[in-house]
Amino acid sequence: MSEHTPLARPPRKDPTAVTPLAHRPPGSPSRAGLFFAAHAARGAFALQECGECGTRIWPPRDACPKCLSADIPFTPAPTGGEVIAETTIRVTHELFYRGRGPWRVGTVQLDCGPVVTANLHRDVTTGARVRMIARLDLAGTPLMMALPAKETPLMDEDPALRGLTAHPRHRRVLVTDGRSALGQETARALLKAGAAKVFLGVADAWKPFPGAERIAAEEGIEIVPLDLSDTRSVVDLAGAIGGKTDIIVNTADHVRPGGVMGQSVALARESFETNVFGLQRLAQVFAPGMLGRANDGVNNAVAILDVTPVAALSNWNVYGMHSASAAARLSVLQGLRAELRDGGIRVMSVFIGPVEDDWHQAVPPPKLAPKAVAAAVVKALAEGIEESFTGDVARDVFARWSADPKVLERELQR
Amino acid sequence: MTGVLGDLALALASGAVEVVDLTHALTPDFPVIVLPPEFGQCAPFRIEEVSRYDARGPAWYWNNISMSEHTGTHFDAPAHWVTGRNQPGGTVDAVAPDRLVAPVCVIDMSGPAAEDPDFIMTAAHVAAWEAEHGEIPAGAWVLMRTDWAKKAGTPAYVGLDATGAHSPGPDASAIEALLARDIIGFGTETVGTDAGQGAHLSPPYPAHSLLHGAGKLGLQCLAGLDRLPPVGAMLIAPPLKIAGGSGSPLRVLALIPGKTA
Repeated sequence: MSEHTPLARPPRKDPTAVTPLAHRPPGSPSRAGLFFAAHAARGAFALQECGECGTRIWPPRDACPKCLSADIPFTPAPTGGEVIAETTIRVTHELFYRGRGPWRVGTVQLDCGPVVTANLHRDVTTGARVRMIARLDLAGTPLMMALPAKETPLMDEDPALRGLTAHPRHRRVLVTDGRSALGQETARALLKAGAAKVFLGVADAWKPFPGAERIAAEEGIEIVPLDLSDTRSVVDLAGAIGGKTDIIVNTADHVRPGGVMGQSVALARESFETNVFGLQRLAQVFAPGMLGRANDGVNNAVAILDVTPVAALSNWNVYGMHSASAAARLSVLQGLRAELRDGGIRVMSVFIGPVEDDWHQAVPPPKLAPKAVAAAVVKALAEGIEESFTGDVARDVFARWSADPKVLERELQR
Repeated sequence: MTGVLGDLALALASGAVEVVDLTHALTPDFPVIVLPPEFGQCAPFRIEEVSRYDARGPAWYWNNISMSEHTGTHFDAPAHWVTGRNQPGGTVDAVAPDRLVAPVCVIDMSGPAAEDPDFIMTAAHVAAWEAEHGEIPAGAWVLMRTDWAKKAGTPAYVGLDATGAHSPGPDASAIEALLARDIIGFGTETVGTDAGQGAHLSPPYPAHSLLHGAGKLGLQCLAGLDRLPPVGAMLIAPPLKIAGGSGSPLRVLALIPGKTA
């Protein structure tokens, strides 16, 4: 194993050099392959497993190659394996891979049976024990990568691995709501994870808020005016930092209790202005600049991550109109993901249940501590997980939604 | 043009009468009144571009705007407050037009307000002003000058801390003294006609409560009051004609004697 020098913080941008274009990685998975992609999107290494004979199957198929059973669901698979052979791709006609090489790929004998082709981490060679991960590339195509079985120095700085993630190291991050403990803790966690700078948005600066002085005094955090309900505010901020925003973490969420009958339209509209149109404003105003810098070296623009209420999946009628805004928010994220996929900007969600804050006072535990959400945001970015579910509530809601959304709908109704 | 309006036109043209703008620009970041969060909130000004000589409309520029009736420099009709709910003509569309153009008296409280953001104007201050400038005539607007407009854009404008907002305003005795003169309405430079701590006066929010209970009008978030004489100016303050509305943003103008007068 060779010694690696730590990834250096990139120098300031050379204004005379043409910025490299972001090309779309090649490949489009089959429908069976999309199930593999869906698991990879959630950070899971899942392969088909025959319900009849137990065979692990790769590549994705419509029937078991051993017994022809059609009962071959994707299930989490053991991640251990051994590299059989490796090669290095130095010349390619694919625009995406040119300039990114050399590209190391290899065949891996999985402990669970199949032999697979995978990207190789720089610390992995033939004969090495490996831990497999499945991730999405910038075009949303799933692929496997073989990582060292044990943590190695500077492991997450491997260029191929970094290309599969949105690691905050050396990147400049905009966190949208610094008035909340959630936004403040997220800013701190990102700095700790190596972010070069965190721009922390604060709406209505004339209104005091808890923690204001402490967060403003922290090195690496710059308080910036930002109100997602106000287009001009978003435009003004992009005018200042739009050319150097590498990651956006949207922690803003306007939450008020109240259902369809009880909550005023005026109040529901406030939720939609921030939670839905606010996200659209961020995307419309910041994403074009990010697309232009999606292949701009070590600190290229990589991701828009949204902290999404899990009520997006099914209406919780105690917070009925907020749930409606969350559902619309999720739909905006899906649409945005499709629109940015060709340009190399990831659209990610960390789904959360109720947070321990002023607007969930009447909600019984378990509630998420802001620090737990902040840690989940960093993990999702660092590991390149498109959709993750943080805390018992979000995980449970997702599991029940996966089983049957109609049952979940009834379970959530009070 | 002849007659009194002809004289006015000549005075305007010659500068003998000047027109003064008493209005803040409507901007998204202009503060609105802050109520406890369990209550409905006053929507700030918002503006969304519809087209600007582009694919959405090649030859024209226009925006959609939204806001509360009580955002920016704005007008309060009697129906704004529970005490004024039964006033005839209490909504903004029903206010008689002759009340919207009227003489204006300006009580300068900028000195004491500079000393204390929670300064309260009382009947004694009104009496002292009348001793100097004469009795407030019936059918006049009365504006309380505090120079608070000069704090706009700073946190001191609303002056929020853990005990709420801190800005000057009148107490019940001052409003009762004005009502005794049968004024048209009362206006301030702050986000409300009441003091920032007006909820703790008796009755709570005395300006809103007493003025509107008596069918009088309110103006707030005014600017440029330092350009008005104590007496002798005319105020022009017509709100939007919102059917059944409680108030309205508006452009407030004053006619003052010019330098050549």
